[in-house]
Amino acid sequence: MKQFADLFMNLDRTNKTNAKVDLLKNYFLTAPEDDKLWALTLFTGRRPSFKVNRTQVKEWAAEQAGIPMWLFQESYHSVGDLGETISLLLPRTSPGGSEKSLSEWFHYLGMLPGMADEQKRYHITHAWTQLSQHETFVFNKLLMGSFRIGVSQTLVVRALAEATETDSNVIAHRVMGQWNPLDTTFEQLILDKGENDNASRPYPFFLAYPIEGDVADLGEADDWFAEWKWDGIRSQIIYRNKELFIWTRGEELSTEKFPELHFLSEALPNGTVLDGEIVTYADGRPMPFNVLQTRIGRKNLSKKVLEEAPVAFLAYDMLEANGVDIRGLTQEQRRAQLELLHANMPEQSYFNLSPLIDFEDWQALRDLHPQSREHIAEGFMVKRKASTYQVGRKKGDWWKWKVDPLSVDAVLIYAQKGSGRRAELFTDYTFAVWGDDGKLVPFAKAYSGLTDAEIGQVDYFIKRNVLEKFGPVRTVKPELVFEIGFEGINESTRHKSGIAVRFPRILRWRKDKKAEEADSLAGLREILSNYR
Amino acid sequence: MPKQPLLQFTGKSIYCAIADVHIDPWMPVGRAIITHAHSDHARWGSRHYLAHKDSEPILRLRLGQDINLQTVQYGEKFMINGVKFSLHPAGHIIGSAQVRVEYQGEVWVASGDYKLEDDHFATPFEPVKCHIFITESTFGLPIYKWQPQQEVMSEIDDWWAQNRAEDKASVLMGYSLGKMQRILKNIRLQDTVIYAHGAIHTVNERLREAGFDLPELTLVTKETDRKLFKGSLVLAPPSADGTTWIRKFAPYSVGYCSGWMALRGAKNRRAVDQGFVLSDHVDWPDLNRAVKETGAEKVYVTHGYTSIYARWLNENGIEAAEVNTMYGNEDENEEEEVVQDVSAGQNVYEEHKQELDGEMSADKKSTGL
Repeated sequence: MKQFADLFMNLDRTNKTNAKVDLLKNYFLTAPEDDKLWALTLFTGRRPSFKVNRTQVKEWAAEQAGIPMWLFQESYHSVGDLGETISLLLPRTSPGGSEKSLSEWFHYLGMLPGMADEQKRYHITHAWTQLSQHETFVFNKLLMGSFRIGVSQTLVVRALAEATETDSNVIAHRVMGQWNPLDTTFEQLILDKGENDNASRPYPFFLAYPIEGDVADLGEADDWFAEWKWDGIRSQIIYRNKELFIWTRGEELSTEKFPELHFLSEALPNGTVLDGEIVTYADGRPMPFNVLQTRIGRKNLSKKVLEEAPVAFLAYDMLEANGVDIRGLTQEQRRAQLELLHANMPEQSYFNLSPLIDFEDWQALRDLHPQSREHIAEGFMVKRKASTYQVGRKKGDWWKWKVDPLSVDAVLIYAQKGSGRRAELFTDYTFAVWGDDGKLVPFAKAYSGLTDAEIGQVDYFIKRNVLEKFGPVRTVKPELVFEIGFEGINESTRHKSGIAVRFPRILRWRKDKKAEEADSLAGLREILSNYR
Repeated sequence: MPKQPLLQFTGKSIYCAIADVHIDPWMPVGRAIITHAHSDHARWGSRHYLAHKDSEPILRLRLGQDINLQTVQYGEKFMINGVKFSLHPAGHIIGSAQVRVEYQGEVWVASGDYKLEDDHFATPFEPVKCHIFITESTFGLPIYKWQPQQEVMSEIDDWWAQNRAEDKASVLMGYSLGKMQRILKNIRLQDTVIYAHGAIHTVNERLREAGFDLPELTLVTKETDRKLFKGSLVLAPPSADGTTWIRKFAPYSVGYCSGWMALRGAKNRRAVDQGFVLSDHVDWPDLNRAVKETGAEKVYVTHGYTSIYARWLNENGIEAAEVNTMYGNEDENEEEEVVQDVSAGQNVYEEHKQELDGEMSADKKSTGL
């Protein structure tokens, strides 16, 4: 356990990508085989559930620490992480730590399901007495926590690739999909040569740059394609060796998540790779992104979800045709191939082309731009007809031209401490606008968009201007005004304001404005009616 | 007529009306008793100051050479207007004191900041029996439990040794008054020069001049040959973080000493290479022990987790109330953390000014103090 706890703490401590990869690589080179598999299980988000009740665990911890529950909660609010809070509160009985390995602890935890509460209590509190503080923290994470420590799947894949001297796309494929640490070994999973390794391999995505200045600076309008910029999941669909693979931009293999598209394995010619966007889609048009959100991250796609949030693939590029890499052809040539492929498809509604926008000149495009939201798009993609399909974010041939976010000026009224990196700092804010009765009505929570220096200043203000405390929440003197941007706006019965905004974020601190000068609820309603 | 309390919280100090004396006032007053020389307790502008004699060098450095300052020894009794006062060791930093106030048989003690562990530099804390105790609560949550000092010092030794092996400079950050002397008295010093930022160098020189046993430090100047930093220990105030000043030590590792390093969040936010959990305030077990040992029947809880700790005491049979002061307020930060609010621009300015003005005046301006 010590080795894994050290790995965990060291990963947590650094924010340098290379250092993280080195730590992981070193772990994969030196840890026992069983532990490597369990570590991989955790880092790829496959933590098994041990069916423990967090409330009970909190109570047992408070009991062991000899403190009342309210004090436990206050401690938790300060630390921001339950597993860490418990590790800090418990008596330090085994500072030297435990001899048991990571996999032995997993097997120990595996005994929990099926135990009666009293047995569980003993099982868990007994484990706590054998672990050092850091180990207790990691143990608690295994028990009930999420493993968010800034290690993406991509990093783990890179480290494994380096440690095993294997191509990272091959490793990516091997760690994806369905596997269970209880019925495989590290060697079987990572070191075996699978036949489909190469078949699944995606091409690196070509990414666009935001457009700078005026669109006319790009030159002749005639040299360019324009499409709507869809707000979905960038995806690559691969059909090779009679097998379908769907990769998303995060380089995750997500084939199982989109059953609507599985028919493509019957319909596409062998050796086809398509690039496009997966969006939720009904009645011939995309639905807002918040519909798509209802199914992202779900392990089980229920019938209800599939009915309410059906997806479709909007294709805009073709990278491989009949097993030949065609990325070197021009955009125009690839588009022609894509259109031909689509024209030969049987009748269906899940694979569509992302349409090209017909425009005479740049002015026509400028005129159309404000209508993006009506098309459930974020703006335009502008692509040079003569360009090849390149690797990564390259300037010059693919541009994104997004619409400005919606925004209002709002007053900071509640604050709460952040967690993780920002525990002890007030970083989670609730903002209000002026209601019809002249009182401030909260309408959005936001916590990103400020620089560290600004966060420091706002935190300093909050700590000196607290009006009331409700648990972790502080009511703050309504004085600071911020411009809050958001991507969408809807009616809502769940919010006091009657309005829900999507992806609210702080655009800037309006130090030039007084609270009285902030926007009103009536103003928000006006945005809502314009937006629809 | 109800009796006037011996000490009151007036919104500008802890005030004794009968003696007309303010303890740690945060605005200019006539007569002030200063518990210790940290900037949130020792503020500028009062007509008369009284403090422990070990506080004198730094108080004069920070508040001005010509302040009207009277010093006393620990345990030395002095009367003001019929009220009996004495100072007792608080163990927080050099010269830090608890203030004992007695009138007509009633005894109050104001703790200032304190810790129970002997740091081998400040005079160790002594419990003082009293009826009413005013305590700080900077780390008044049960999550704060310090390791024994020697363990932390060994961690620092190991970190420095590791960096020496890699030819890296070890930039160790901590509060210039208190923390740095504690470190110098407890780590394994190598037979090499120790470098220091102006803020720390000045404090160290002042204390050495005043006769305290501290090693000599070498001031880092523009002219210092960068090659010399390889493998060396460099002491720096937290305000040096992220400035151009620190870059001259490259390659280097940054260690940061603070009680807040006990939390992952705080540690990660600082983005230092190594966090050392080292505080000059009491942790939870010692806070409870200290309160118990005073035998106080009533406790006022100031700066830190005031409401939480007051509630805890009330539930455990000790009458307690929270008090708002300007010592940190709901800041929940050590003095040094406040420095973070200073913009990077100001840091650069200060560094520049320091190089222009030389070490003495720079020290006064430095927000690290």
